Amino acid sequence: MVKKLITQDTRMFLTGNEVIAYAANAAEAEFMYGYPITPQNEIMHTWCKLLPKTEAGFLQTEDEISAGFSTIGGILAGKRAFTATAGPGNVIMQDAQSMAEMMRIPFVCAVMQRGGPSTATVIYAQQETRLTCFGGNGEGFRIVYSTAGHQDLYDYMIKAFNTAWKYRFPTFMLADGYQGKMREPVTLYDPASRGIKMVPVEATLGGANGSRPVNHVRNTFNLEEELMEVLDKYQEEFDRISPEIEEYLEYKADDAEVLIIAHGIVARSAMTAVDELRAKGIKAGLFRPITLRPLAVKPLRAAVARAKQVLFTESANGQLAQMVLEKIYGLQTPYSTLFKMGVGVTGDDIVQKVESMVKEPATV
Amino acid sequence: MIEMLEKGPRLAKAQNAEVGASKFCPGCGHGMILKTLAQTIDELELNDKAVFGCDIGCSLLSWNYMNVDTVQTHHGRTTPVIYGVTRANPDLVGIAYMGDGGGLAIGSQHLVNAAVRSENLLIIVANNTNYGMTGGQMSPTTMPGQKTETTPYGRDCDVTGRPAKGAEMVASIADPEKSFVARASVSNLRKLKATFKKALKNVDMGGFSFVEVLSVCPLNWRTNNVQTWDRLKTMEEFFEVKDFVQREGLE
Amino acid sequence: MARTRIVLAGEGGQGVQSIAKILVEAGYEAGKEILYIPNFGVEQRGGVSIAFCQIADEKIGEPRFSKGDIVIMLSDRAIDRCCTYVNENSTVIYDSSVCSKKPECKAKNIISVEANKIANEQLSARVFNIIVLGVLLSATNVLKLSDIKNAMEMALGKKFDAKPELRDLNYKALEMGMGLIEKAGV
Repeated sequence: MVKKLITQDTRMFLTGNEVIAYAANAAEAEFMYGYPITPQNEIMHTWCKLLPKTEAGFLQTEDEISAGFSTIGGILAGKRAFTATAGPGNVIMQDAQSMAEMMRIPFVCAVMQRGGPSTATVIYAQQETRLTCFGGNGEGFRIVYSTAGHQDLYDYMIKAFNTAWKYRFPTFMLADGYQGKMREPVTLYDPASRGIKMVPVEATLGGANGSRPVNHVRNTFNLEEELMEVLDKYQEEFDRISPEIEEYLEYKADDAEVLIIAHGIVARSAMTAVDELRAKGIKAGLFRPITLRPLAVKPLRAAVARAKQVLFTESANGQLAQMVLEKIYGLQTPYSTLFKMGVGVTGDDIVQKVESMVKEPATV
Repeated sequence: MIEMLEKGPRLAKAQNAEVGASKFCPGCGHGMILKTLAQTIDELELNDKAVFGCDIGCSLLSWNYMNVDTVQTHHGRTTPVIYGVTRANPDLVGIAYMGDGGGLAIGSQHLVNAAVRSENLLIIVANNTNYGMTGGQMSPTTMPGQKTETTPYGRDCDVTGRPAKGAEMVASIADPEKSFVARASVSNLRKLKATFKKALKNVDMGGFSFVEVLSVCPLNWRTNNVQTWDRLKTMEEFFEVKDFVQREGLE
Repeated sequence: MARTRIVLAGEGGQGVQSIAKILVEAGYEAGKEILYIPNFGVEQRGGVSIAFCQIADEKIGEPRFSKGDIVIMLSDRAIDRCCTYVNENSTVIYDSSVCSKKPECKAKNIISVEANKIANEQLSARVFNIIVLGVLLSATNVLKLSDIKNAMEMALGKKFDAKPELRDLNYKALEMGMGLIEKAGV
């Protein structure tokens, strides 16, 4: 059993990477497996610095492939284990993530997005959105929370463990280099003080000593139909639990004529923009999906249907927009886009774009 | 004969009685290696502690062969899964089972780093000098001149390099105070069991063990019994069968 | 909503991030809302180092902003990189004893200081960045001197205790930096 560091509400001024390490401890995570890649390194650094106090475990592996697979090993051995990665590391970790998807392993991973494709920048992007939601050679049986700042990082990292262990779909906290590296105030708390109980963990491998039949777990099937039977069951279950998992945030979206759809840190810039636009008399509002997998489709469609125009804005070339457009098929609201690939979107950027949309409405 | 049938085959406790006949091809070495491993687990009474992981390739067919908790992983990834298990629960005895492709090609970085870090597990590489499940392509250990689907005119070492010697490589980097590194062969199962015994004891003591087992693949080799045996003997001349590293105090 | 956006840019090794940390720590301790992003390119060593800081009375939305209220440039390369963060509402401050040119951008005002020269001639090269911190403190005018001194104690207190004359040197540098802006009359 690990020792929890935060026993009462504590206001701290931290980087996001530090917040994630504290959150994992608050969630009673017992083991981290990891490999260095910017901008997530300080998650490992903080986790390691705290080890004498937390009595948790850490292994620095030889690459992200082994970080992913050894995390799976730790989880199968019955530990609340996790990892973190970014960019090219996230790409090669798909190998392990797809195995977690197939074998319903409660895999938890923090993704701190950086620029792509390839090595690109170590700074920031939202270009791992599609990869994190749908990576691997599969169907995206994954749960993805997109955070927008340090309180989110703390709240959703704790939540990720419970979602993963309750539903047994790999669960990701999708953040980015800005959130990892920036500092802002955050309130850390003991989850119990918020009525959050950690879902108990159990071992698949080892420790039975004859108390249960031997487990043989696999990800290979002989027949096409054998595979489809399993996946149909997964899909049915994913659809059934989705309403319990879906989360979103609306900001002044009720009467919005221009609805901005953005996730993660860009949604925060959008909130600044909404306030500035409203001060100028333009009725703007925000719809921010918090879960990207699964998307909260009903409220999303309702918000889009209410608006006169939609603006998609991302630090990517429409990775979220593609996912949303599929789900709002049939609605007639025209949309425009503000995509900055691998670059931060500021409030000013959005204000200017919405002003131009008001002058010259979108037609698509 | 009748008496034998009534008694049934003598299976090790660590072997899964429900699987019945081996799923491997006729004459395959995997069944011999796994049976010997199961007997060793019984004799050392590691049945409750053992956790078995198998790779992709023919080794994956062992996913329900053993009567111990088992995970079948991805190609080359059995080593990190199993050291992930034993890092999380050091009381367990982890066994990662793979072929020469999984151990020495696609998973070689895991093998090297597990050896360097003295990860607490036994890695078994069944070396049959080719990729069996995918139809007999060249592997890192394919012998000079050996015909495979991707070296149909025989392996030309000038073009493809020389065969990889796994045990020698691991021996050169393993910590002599924590490791057991050996090469054995299915030509002598009694000796193989003695090798597995030392390897598993060492893992139970917290150490790192590596055993490369020279094995046979008559189907892809396209050899009959006599030819298969001869090929195995040729391999034993090329790949030295011995204990390379043995920590002090290990018997 | 009162919000001050600061861009602080210089060469790696000039201590840009160190003073940004002291500034935001002081703001946090003073009960302000703070958001600080250290720029961190691949060029983590020896490149242009930029700190984006926001100090506000209410919760901060956008983490990264387009234009700064105060933009400080401590090298020629910092000038090249950072004119993009300047508009007609920005105050630009550059060190004319380091830079070989003047920033060519439309700003509310452009002020030159000689922090490097003063550090070398009157104090010590080591406190160059602390002079700049003094400049920043005066130019932003949202934090008190005592807030900054407390934050400096948190960051440098151990060094100060080991060598008390360092404390005097740093405080003197801070005050001289503040004086440079007061002279300029911003």
